[in-house]
Amino acid sequence: MKTIQELEEIRRRTLQTLNIRKDRSGTRIVVGMATCGIAAGARPVLHAIMDEVKDNNLSDVVVAQTGCIGICRLEPIVEVYKPGEEKVTYVRMTPEKARRVVREHVMLDKVVSEYTIGSEEKK
Amino acid sequence: MKELSLHILDIVQNSIDAGSNIISITINEDTIRDTLVIKVKDNGKGMDAQTARKARDPFFTSRTTRKVGLGIPLLAAAAERCGGSLKINSLPGKGTEISASFIHSHIDRAPIGNMWDTVSGLIACNEDVDFIYTHVFNGNTFKLDTRDIKKILKEVPITSPEVIGWIRDRIKDGINSMYGGGEYENNTRAGRDKASHPSDFKH
Repeated sequence: MKTIQELEEIRRRTLQTLNIRKDRSGTRIVVGMATCGIAAGARPVLHAIMDEVKDNNLSDVVVAQTGCIGICRLEPIVEVYKPGEEKVTYVRMTPEKARRVVREHVMLDKVVSEYTIGSEEKK
Repeated sequence: MKELSLHILDIVQNSIDAGSNIISITINEDTIRDTLVIKVKDNGKGMDAQTARKARDPFFTSRTTRKVGLGIPLLAAAAERCGGSLKINSLPGKGTEISASFIHSHIDRAPIGNMWDTVSGLIACNEDVDFIYTHVFNGNTFKLDTRDIKKILKEVPITSPEVIGWIRDRIKDGINSMYGGGEYENNTRAGRDKASHPSDFKH
């Protein structure tokens, strides 16, 4: 069982990076978590994103959830908001696609065009 | 939905949308009385009697992006198909309690599934909401209260990735030891370990 001591260790470690984080305006990654999103597989997508953020120490990235965006047939949907840039909407996400979005779009600033809603609607 | 934990994730979104800041999720499994009860209780804005009745109707929703609301109707259907029912207790200004009951051993009952991903995901995305998760299996209790965790963390956000990882593992370990260390759900579904759970002989 994970112990309270381990939690206190995490607190100490996290505290050291906390001040750095406050000065940066970070990226927001938002996952659609209404009935439609959940039924289509949003939960594993959310956890894949959180794992990727944790494993790469992306301390300036916020992961959040939202309700139904109104295009249920394209769920799971993930939106990426980068400061000063236009929102990018990714559709029909899977954990693998979501990891790639974090690694390429969030970390390297390269939008994964083939997963975006614009590319999906051309099909 | 394939797992009851996904229904729970979905139902809790209603509590969040209702402006709750304390949400308790309680699962009570009793294999002797052969019951499973899931309760989600919040302190959100609540519903009047008429709205609470309408919440069971798939063609009613409080949102505007679409015309259907399936969360509660889907959970109600899941409970009713397993010899149980769904109850809504709500008071405007006070909050709402949704309670879904099932016959534990019913052949159509979906597994509870991955509660650690459901609860840790909710905590990660809702920093300002406190969650109290209580899971009881034949009298053994596992409990996690984010208010206790926040007291330890102080200025460190509960949504920090490493903290969320700790919470997820804590729940996973806690549920396993509550079931007596074994993967109870998988074992009973695979037909193993039947002797210790007489309710499984019903079918």
